[in-house]
Amino acid sequence: MNSKKILAILFLFSITPFARAGVEIARWTTPSGARVFFVETRALPILDVQIDFAAGQSLDPPEKAGLASMTLALMDKGANGMDETMIAGRLADLGASLGGNLDMDRASISLRTLSEENKRIPALEIMEAVLSAPQFPEDVLSREKARSIALMQESLTRPAVIARRAFWSALYPSHPYGRHATPESLDTLQRADLREFHAGFYSARRATVTIVGDVSRAQAEALARQLTARLPEGRVQEPVKDPGLPEAAEQRIAHPATQAHLLIGIPAISRGDPDFFPLTVGNYILGGGGFVSRLMREIRDKRGYAYSVYSAFIPMKRPGPFQIGLQTKKEQASEALKLTRDVLARFLAEGPDKAELDAAKQNLTGSFPLRLDSNREILDNVAAIGFFDYPIDYLDRYTGNIEKVTAEQVRAAFARRIKPESLITVVVAGD
Amino acid sequence: MSRTYRFLCLLRRMIFLSGLILVLQPAHADTYERRLPNGLRVIVREDRRAPTVAHMIWYRAGSMDETNGTTGVAHLLEHMMFKGTPAFGPGEFNRIVASVGGHDNAFTSRDFTAYFQQIPKGQLGRMMQLEADRMRHLTLSPKEFEQEIKVVMEERRLRTEDRPQALLSEQMMAVAFQAHPYRAPIIGWMNDLENMTVKDARDWYERWYVPNNAYVVIVGDVDHDAAFALARRHYGSLKPRALPERKPQTEPPQSGLRRLAVKAPAKLPVVLMAYKVPVIRDLENDSDPYALEMLAAVLDGNDAARFPRRLIREQQLAASAGAGYDPMTRGPGVFYFHGSPSGGKTRADLEAGFRAEIAHIVENGVAEEELTRAKNQLIASQIYKLDSMFGQAMEIGQMEMSGFSFRHEKRLIEKLRRVTADEVRAVAKKYFDDDHLTVAGLDPQPLPIKSPESRAASPRTSRH
Repeated sequence: MNSKKILAILFLFSITPFARAGVEIARWTTPSGARVFFVETRALPILDVQIDFAAGQSLDPPEKAGLASMTLALMDKGANGMDETMIAGRLADLGASLGGNLDMDRASISLRTLSEENKRIPALEIMEAVLSAPQFPEDVLSREKARSIALMQESLTRPAVIARRAFWSALYPSHPYGRHATPESLDTLQRADLREFHAGFYSARRATVTIVGDVSRAQAEALARQLTARLPEGRVQEPVKDPGLPEAAEQRIAHPATQAHLLIGIPAISRGDPDFFPLTVGNYILGGGGFVSRLMREIRDKRGYAYSVYSAFIPMKRPGPFQIGLQTKKEQASEALKLTRDVLARFLAEGPDKAELDAAKQNLTGSFPLRLDSNREILDNVAAIGFFDYPIDYLDRYTGNIEKVTAEQVRAAFARRIKPESLITVVVAGD
Repeated sequence: MSRTYRFLCLLRRMIFLSGLILVLQPAHADTYERRLPNGLRVIVREDRRAPTVAHMIWYRAGSMDETNGTTGVAHLLEHMMFKGTPAFGPGEFNRIVASVGGHDNAFTSRDFTAYFQQIPKGQLGRMMQLEADRMRHLTLSPKEFEQEIKVVMEERRLRTEDRPQALLSEQMMAVAFQAHPYRAPIIGWMNDLENMTVKDARDWYERWYVPNNAYVVIVGDVDHDAAFALARRHYGSLKPRALPERKPQTEPPQSGLRRLAVKAPAKLPVVLMAYKVPVIRDLENDSDPYALEMLAAVLDGNDAARFPRRLIREQQLAASAGAGYDPMTRGPGVFYFHGSPSGGKTRADLEAGFRAEIAHIVENGVAEEELTRAKNQLIASQIYKLDSMFGQAMEIGQMEMSGFSFRHEKRLIEKLRRVTADEVRAVAKKYFDDDHLTVAGLDPQPLPIKSPESRAASPRTSRH
């Protein structure tokens, strides 16, 4: 595809579909049972395909933490008779890239390719092989285990990693969300474990396929059908249970770093929760709104305590964390912690004022077009809508839902979710 | 979120990632340029896919323009640019950008300082008003300075002091370069930060923040004539001023291997090797930088490239291994190898492995297939990058910073596509000798292990 053609297309589409409120999403189900979400965008000769499986880290068997991650990592390291170098080489020859991502709930595999047929079709064939017929070669597994263990041992020396792991373990004691792979658990993984994990969880019925880009509906249907036709049958699995709330606790971990890493939080919000909008607006004011939040003002601007300070809600299938994070010079860790707690307590008690509420809404609604101004961003949004079963008009209604939020709703939603008797604090290198 | 996050990405890319940095798109008929009478250049690319705009202003002043004793002042000033003018008080800039639904940030590199806003269409004029105001009217209050210098020191702790790999890169640059200011870290030495004054920041600001040392890049849903009219209205009245002389500070030739080690709490050893190489100065007549760029792609451009295939998979010598080269910089060029040996292997083993890869290419050349693969990736990435308006603005900006024009993008790609296997072999032979090499090693030190102490919530937490 040459640049002239692109230019011509750009011109034709100078009034684009995304200039409207949201994005037009077509959806259907493949014969194999996978749900498909499709957005046709013709401005660039690019195709993005992402397939999300309910095969996240929370499905790790307790004694085999790291299995979900290792399974995903090995899928493109040998499939359908191609070895890892052949797969990587073919993709590079096509100018395509295949990526993987894992979180607690989801294992995602995504392909970006040029949309022209002689690139798109072979790239999709490789993706199909990787999804349906990974071989998990024994020698590759032992090499990757050794590498993962080495890289993990390194990461376990870093204060940010130590803090994050301690924080999640404290938020989710005896729950899959609180489990972590260790060098020891990685070492136990066997080829049979990977095969079983793939056969159990990489099934069409556990999958959503998201397609964004320069293909027709008919082409999208065909590719979704082909991608999912040969996926394993899968097995029935009890869904992950609700985690419940922990007892408030403060954990201090010694470390030689010059800066203390602080995390404060609680399990707070599931995907699709009705409190999402008031919490989003409130969090913008508290610590989500970049340089204009209360935490930023108090911790960074007024006192110079930290370079980065933030608060965030991380919605997951089961209640994901609310967290506040910052790093500060070791000697002032206690003061910074106290100040952070004061800012949070005050926000919980009083909620936002009118000016803050208006500013938050202005930003969250005004910035909406920026969240959808590339194929990549449309893909991320639509994949989440599909996988987590959001209403299909979620994007169309987003700004309206933000507009409706009142100060009282923010205060009430925070009071419901941020329970001081369950707040976890982790301080690494605060000694 | 983080103000200098992007500069670190750039830094990382310069130091750690290989790649097709030169992946610049074909010149489009829809990119336009005007020069205002005060010397400010404005470049506009129309991209109407979505109702958003990226607005950037680039100053040709980075850490390489600093002098000893005030390292880090370019970056500190970048922070101070958000601390108010008489017309817009401290924090107002961020507040106004947020109120129109925009994101803004800035970054400092060795070569430049740049500021940007990503905004819904229709807000461009407002952004220009703010940028023009702070180009000449920054307050630089001592009170704001006092807080912000602490923030920068926290940033240095976060990004350098507590990161062994960053410390290693920092030390390596200071050894590889003795005269050229690339030897100093962008964020500055801690002691220079501790002794920095608001006057240092003001001197820097007065020296470099003038329209004739800047250019504006706009990509998005705009009409170019309307954008030029807005630029004239907001930036047009700013007075130009003669720039101070820039001394070349040329690095004397290196004539012998340099080695250094850094000890830090860590687990994995790291090897960092830096060879002095040329960068593009004459777009038409240079050839080695293009061949070096393709060499980086052959070594580490994809998962089937030589380092991942041979060093990580076949020989199992490395837990990680990469190559990096940026052919478009204001200062001197460096070609890097970096990696960690796998279990049971040493830094010396991995260093020998890197050398053997180069020797192998000098001896046997590279396969046509490898080069074609790298070129195919280059062509595809030309298309992919059109998906991001901010990415396009970045590329135009970096191109201009290195002394070229967005109009040269297509020519650069052509030059890359014409690189032959023989040329790649020739640069491997010419530049990778010990006399121009610096080798840095991270020597991991054990962490003092203490078991975590846990206690029930303090009264403070449970009170609320």
